[in-house]
Amino acid sequence: MILMFENMKPKISIVDYGLCNLYNVSNALEHIGAQIEIIDKPKEVKIAKHIILPGVGAFKNGMRGLKLRELIDPLKEHIEKKRPFLGICLGMQMMMSKSYEFGEIDGLDIIEGNVVKIPNINSKNKHHKIPHIGWNKIFLSIDGKKNQLLKSQDKKSSMYFVHSYKAECNKDENILATTSYNDVNIAAVINKDNAYGCQFHPEKSGKYGLELLKQFIKL
Amino acid sequence: MTSNIRLISRLDIKGPNLIKGIHLEGLRVIGNPNDYAKKYYESGIDEIIYMDTVASLYGRNNLSEIVKKTVKDVYVPITVGGGLRSIDDVKYLLRCGAEKVAINTAATKNPELITEVSRKFGSQCMVLSIEAKRNEDSSWEVYTENGRQKTGMSVLEWAKKGEELEAGEILLTSVDNEGTKKGFDYELIKKVSESVSIPVIASGGMGCHEDLSKAVKDSSADAIAMADILHYDRSDVESIRNFCHANDINVREYEA
Repeated sequence: MILMFENMKPKISIVDYGLCNLYNVSNALEHIGAQIEIIDKPKEVKIAKHIILPGVGAFKNGMRGLKLRELIDPLKEHIEKKRPFLGICLGMQMMMSKSYEFGEIDGLDIIEGNVVKIPNINSKNKHHKIPHIGWNKIFLSIDGKKNQLLKSQDKKSSMYFVHSYKAECNKDENILATTSYNDVNIAAVINKDNAYGCQFHPEKSGKYGLELLKQFIKL
Repeated sequence: MTSNIRLISRLDIKGPNLIKGIHLEGLRVIGNPNDYAKKYYESGIDEIIYMDTVASLYGRNNLSEIVKKTVKDVYVPITVGGGLRSIDDVKYLLRCGAEKVAINTAATKNPELITEVSRKFGSQCMVLSIEAKRNEDSSWEVYTENGRQKTGMSVLEWAKKGEELEAGEILLTSVDNEGTKKGFDYELIKKVSESVSIPVIASGGMGCHEDLSKAVKDSSADAIAMADILHYDRSDVESIRNFCHANDINVREYEA
């Protein structure tokens, strides 16, 4: 019986590309009833159903980690086949075309746009601190309100952000939610087909973050 | 809307116990750290800091087991400090579930460690912990070993240097005010906060709600670390949050 129950748990594959924020993500997913496997080989990516690309650290190191393990093409294929994918923080930023963190570096180019440094001043010339660290409310776009992933989010949804760079999407349709840091607009959740990215850390964002992960494993 | 001020509970640990001292010394046992961390999480704390107070005696951080257990119940960021000396020490604690590390002594001895940690794991993970003690002439000196060891370094200079070396934030503890309940060292927080453009966490001395208000409004603290005001139930996370909402201090909205 226990074995059957184990088999019914959705299996989520977390990509290990050498940057080590895997524990918190897998711990949160186990907590909401998922079965976890850590993967780092192209053939594992090819057969995975739900993939999470977590991430802490610099864009360049992240892309290098994926490249060294020959994971770039298999991940793009997974996404093209419209299989569920969630990039978190750096994992989200790597979904973009390019980044300008320590030079110009190509990303996975799933969503058109660039990753740029958050300006340390807003349109009213008011300065603020970088990195942006802390809890901010997310505001759902029209598409976001209809989206399965954000089904349980409401007006009080606050998430934990830590980042110095932000993704700028060329197309609004790719943005499901934004946040505002000292009136600087920041893409919080991005999406194309079944591929999602969130700038914040759902695994560290209390119950609202766990809710988002619960929706992801149902996809 | 600016970013919210973060409410952080700081748990100083000795062996298996949550403890609390005065001026970082004279330690008294309070209880099981996991129970306290869970209680604070459930009542809406934004972050947790675990500090190993005896790490320097053993030459290493002993909090891995406590961290591993905590992250089973607590889904907000955890910062771990005390006795971290190398990239491997940092990597190990991150693997145990820490989100960030706070480094003091090792950074004063080898400042490049700040850059190494930041480049390897991201600057958001590298918290520079500064123990500041006031000199007679209204300047501050950097201390290590829980406020016992002088370094001869100026706090303001060190904070700026830390930012240059790519620290992501500063945990600023006033050794003079720590555990005294007489309020923060507001001048210190203001001076440091004005000297750097990375977030500053004010730590040491919060006796009542008004102290938090002063640290944020007058001294521009970005986050407040609270210890015995919570441990001894002089207040609780919900009351502090409500106080902030009532006094125009932006904090996360939260309903338990």
